[in-house]
Amino acid sequence: MDMLFGFVLLTLLVVTAVAVVVTPNLFAAVMLMSIFSLLMAATFFLLDAADVALTEAAIGAGMSTVLFLSALGLIGAGERKRPVRQWLPLSVVGITTFTLLYATIDQPLLGDPAAPVHQHVAPWYLEQTPLLIDMANVVTAVLAAFRGYDTFGEVLVILTAGLGVLMVLAGGARDRPEPERRIGATGLRHHLIPRVVGQLLIPFIVLFGLYLQFHGDFSPGGGFQAGAIIAVGIVLHSLLEGESAGRAIVPPRVLVGLMIGGALLFGLVGVAGMVLGGNFFDYSVLGADPVGSQQLGIHLVEVGVGITVSGTLVAAFHAFADREPA
Amino acid sequence: MEVLGHYNYWVFAFLLTIGLYAVIAKPNLVKKLLGLSIFQAAVFLLYISMAKVEGGTAPIIQGGAGEQVYSNPLPHVLILTAIVVGISTVALGLAIVVRIREEYGTIEEDEIQAQDRDR
Amino acid sequence: MIIDAISLLMLGAGGFFVFMGGVGALRLPDLYTRMHAASLTDSLGTILTLGGIMLQSGWSLATVKLATILFFLLMTAPTSAYALANAALMSQGDDAPPAPEG
Repeated sequence: MDMLFGFVLLTLLVVTAVAVVVTPNLFAAVMLMSIFSLLMAATFFLLDAADVALTEAAIGAGMSTVLFLSALGLIGAGERKRPVRQWLPLSVVGITTFTLLYATIDQPLLGDPAAPVHQHVAPWYLEQTPLLIDMANVVTAVLAAFRGYDTFGEVLVILTAGLGVLMVLAGGARDRPEPERRIGATGLRHHLIPRVVGQLLIPFIVLFGLYLQFHGDFSPGGGFQAGAIIAVGIVLHSLLEGESAGRAIVPPRVLVGLMIGGALLFGLVGVAGMVLGGNFFDYSVLGADPVGSQQLGIHLVEVGVGITVSGTLVAAFHAFADREPA
Repeated sequence: MEVLGHYNYWVFAFLLTIGLYAVIAKPNLVKKLLGLSIFQAAVFLLYISMAKVEGGTAPIIQGGAGEQVYSNPLPHVLILTAIVVGISTVALGLAIVVRIREEYGTIEEDEIQAQDRDR
Repeated sequence: MIIDAISLLMLGAGGFFVFMGGVGALRLPDLYTRMHAASLTDSLGTILTLGGIMLQSGWSLATVKLATILFFLLMTAPTSAYALANAALMSQGDDAPPAPEG
């Protein structure tokens, strides 16, 4: 029954992807992309990847759709119909498909415990995490402690993308009408129902984000998911109350500070490891007890990740939402 | 059973090529970005499918369960960060598309290249 | 045994209503009528499906979580339907459906 469910989900994924590519209306394509992300999250959950499913649902089905829609509000929704079918790209992708399908012949079956990928490093992580770090969620332990260097690089990439969005859409050099007459100025303030329901929901959304942040050692969670969900809460407030109120609550300078501060916190934890006598990103010297200080290091680092991710996503949203359509 | 054992990888192959087709064949810039997202999602599917162990569960070690088989946590770690990096890339791409729209008035690739040739 | 039967009935009925919502969203002529059909999924479909699963899980933490999810879904789905209908009305104000006679 599990297999049947997975089979149906995977087939729906392919159907939705074809629909995204074929649909001429860009709004419809973005909505289909959101459905695609949700189906992908369900597939991940079936494949025992709880953390990844949470992240894909929060970011793919949530934040990514919001960013696409706010960009589409500035771009316009139509794609020009192309009458001619393109033979060269079709043949290239056809050859690629056959090559990839041929390559899957030698793949081990899904779930085979003797597959090479499960042999070398993974059992070591599963054995050593309770001993060295004593954390229940192995994914968080590997992400923040064993592979902390990679995660630091990813956080810097997220920071770079956020700064890039802000620099491209600086918005300083254009004539802007007064704040009250701008398009996103009042949000949904004149509509009672979304406003009331949204105001009831926002505290719970932020609370859930904080829960994911700090409970990430015992259950699926961690900095990335928490950052995305807190960003969603702030964006919901901006959508309901209007851009001016949104920018008053979390000003742009604070957003840039959040983006940079999170990465800085992450880096400083690494440097603190060096200063206190260990290596870069060696958390075991941060406190008296090696296991406890590994957990302290992981918590600090995850907080840094959450801060950077939420700052970047909210800053990107505001950069799109605050801009006048051309 | 062997069909279902490889079905994930076949779906990965199809999704990858669908995304690739959108990136190389569609002239609309937003469609290219959507195709890029599909391409990335296909790669995520490949990694997470490889991580699954039969009879396993999510790699969260509940205390005292000595005989429990866990799925491989390492691809989960890689994909977790890759998802967030993917959306950052898409956000930056969308910002550039917005600026292109403001400067050229269109987001169809051939019209943009025609305007560049005529400048 | 009887709980299993009731939960099977509820899950079946929930699936039926979700399917009907989908059929309605495809076959009905107008945006507003399609939203009526889609709201079937949100209300009856959700309540029956989640209720069936709650019966299966008995008195446990999972039931409380499912009840919370049901509550949130019942709050947010009608709100988004309202916002969608409002946006549609404001954006196609000229060709809105004609007011009923009399």
